[in-house]
Amino acid sequence: MLEIRGLHVHYGAIHALKGIDLRVEQGEIVTLIGANGAGKSTTLMSISGIHAPSSGRILFEDFPVEGMRPDRIVRAGISQVPEGRRIFARLTVQENLRMGAFARSGSSVGNADLDTVYDLFPILRERRLQRGGTLSGGEQQMLAIARALMARPKLLLLDEPSLGLAPILVERVFERIREINRSGVTILLVEQNAHMALHLASRAYVMETGRIVISGDSRVLVGDPQIKRAYLGEMDIDTTQKPTRSA
Amino acid sequence: MFFQQLVNGLTIGGVYALIALGYTMVYGIIELINFAHGEIYMIGAYAGIIAIAAAQTLIAGGIPPIAAVALALLAAMLVCAAYGFTMEKLAYRPLRHAPRLSPLISALGVSIFLQNFIMIAQGTRDKVFPHLFENTVAFDLGSVRVSLIQIAIIVGCFMMMALLHLVIQHTKIGTAMRATAQDKTAAALCGIHVDHVISVTFMIGSLLAGAAGVMIAMYYGLVNYSIGYLAGIKAFTAAVLGGIGNIPGAMIGGMILGLLESFGAGYISPEYKDVIAFSILILVLLIKPSGLLGENLAEKA
Repeated sequence: MLEIRGLHVHYGAIHALKGIDLRVEQGEIVTLIGANGAGKSTTLMSISGIHAPSSGRILFEDFPVEGMRPDRIVRAGISQVPEGRRIFARLTVQENLRMGAFARSGSSVGNADLDTVYDLFPILRERRLQRGGTLSGGEQQMLAIARALMARPKLLLLDEPSLGLAPILVERVFERIREINRSGVTILLVEQNAHMALHLASRAYVMETGRIVISGDSRVLVGDPQIKRAYLGEMDIDTTQKPTRSA
Repeated sequence: MFFQQLVNGLTIGGVYALIALGYTMVYGIIELINFAHGEIYMIGAYAGIIAIAAAQTLIAGGIPPIAAVALALLAAMLVCAAYGFTMEKLAYRPLRHAPRLSPLISALGVSIFLQNFIMIAQGTRDKVFPHLFENTVAFDLGSVRVSLIQIAIIVGCFMMMALLHLVIQHTKIGTAMRATAQDKTAAALCGIHVDHVISVTFMIGSLLAGAAGVMIAMYYGLVNYSIGYLAGIKAFTAAVLGGIGNIPGAMIGGMILGLLESFGAGYISPEYKDVIAFSILILVLLIKPSGLLGENLAEKA
């Protein structure tokens, strides 16, 4: 569904992405993990058209989308829940949601779509006339996800949905992500909480300083000692076992 | 005296408010003080005069006064929207990611360009707005004299502000304007074409200034190519007074400035009108730069 080949992104003099290769198949949950500043968010922002790649390809359903305008990419079926949620604090919950559906033609966006996301996140229905900025962190995260769903994406990009949330809320958010995936939305999840992400996703990519250094089946990576040490915060004495390093 | 200055103040204040809205809307969305905005107002006044002259030449027997006013407003709003659109596209959009000083300098350039363009195209002499109505006094109580034009301007300003409020608060494009003003990246991720929203903002701000230009031309009867400068700075003062970037603030700021100027002119001396306006600008900038309704910049994050 999504295929990235040799993606390079520069910010001025900084070489942020140094040749990313990544695939997401229809119906999958794929996660992209790695330390701060590894280039995970840059990857998502490039897919969404916010950053123009200096070279490389991004194919969505076999159609090149690199360098396309962000609103056209949303129309093509890729929505993003950005890092830090970035809800519109001075718009009401309902206005936030309607903005999520902006790219779709006006008449077809009915209350049916609102009902769908309100059913997924009932708290938002209660708060629909409140300003976004008055919601708690967890509610804002749910609003950000709901807003992205209003565009009826085929592929949903999630950037650190667990950031700043209490563990109980993180679990609730991850449950919803699984539910969204079951309803037919393909998911690419960027996370620092590698533990949760590896348990949710079927496949994973690990990024380090602008490159993908490891990729593979999540269940295999969870057991990988290097991953454990670097990203899961577990010490593992056995360092003889080498992980599968991708090119 | 009091009532007379109140009516005068509301008239001029309404016009300041209409112009101030363009400053504040543009600032709200791209954080640019569009110094060429006063020139758009001046072009609106010329567009109105030209439209009436054209209609009176082309239509045998002329056109009724009400139709002439409507035509002048419509022409000014369309012409100014076109100017606003073009100005943004040519002078500001290429500098979207440049340092903040660059578009500001570009705005000053556009202002000088437009002023000189109109000076060359229309001449340096004052243009007369046609005298459309014979008896323009609505009521005359000896010391208080209110003209129909004043009433029309006050009512017209309030109607346009109410309409703008409806558009901003209750339409899809208005909500998108508010969303874009808050977070352009998040807006783009929602599928909003941000450049399109910015264009619409410039067009709405410009058409309000165009309407203001016709109103003032009708009120004073005379215009020339340089009227945009003072009106522009006054409206900018109004926008700063209300809180730059804040739409109700611009409306209130315009009204307050108009009233203060008018009362100052009445009770102190007409010569002090501009002194009062600019003292307000300096005081607001010194004491409360965020203005009356301006939000804390911290809240924007």
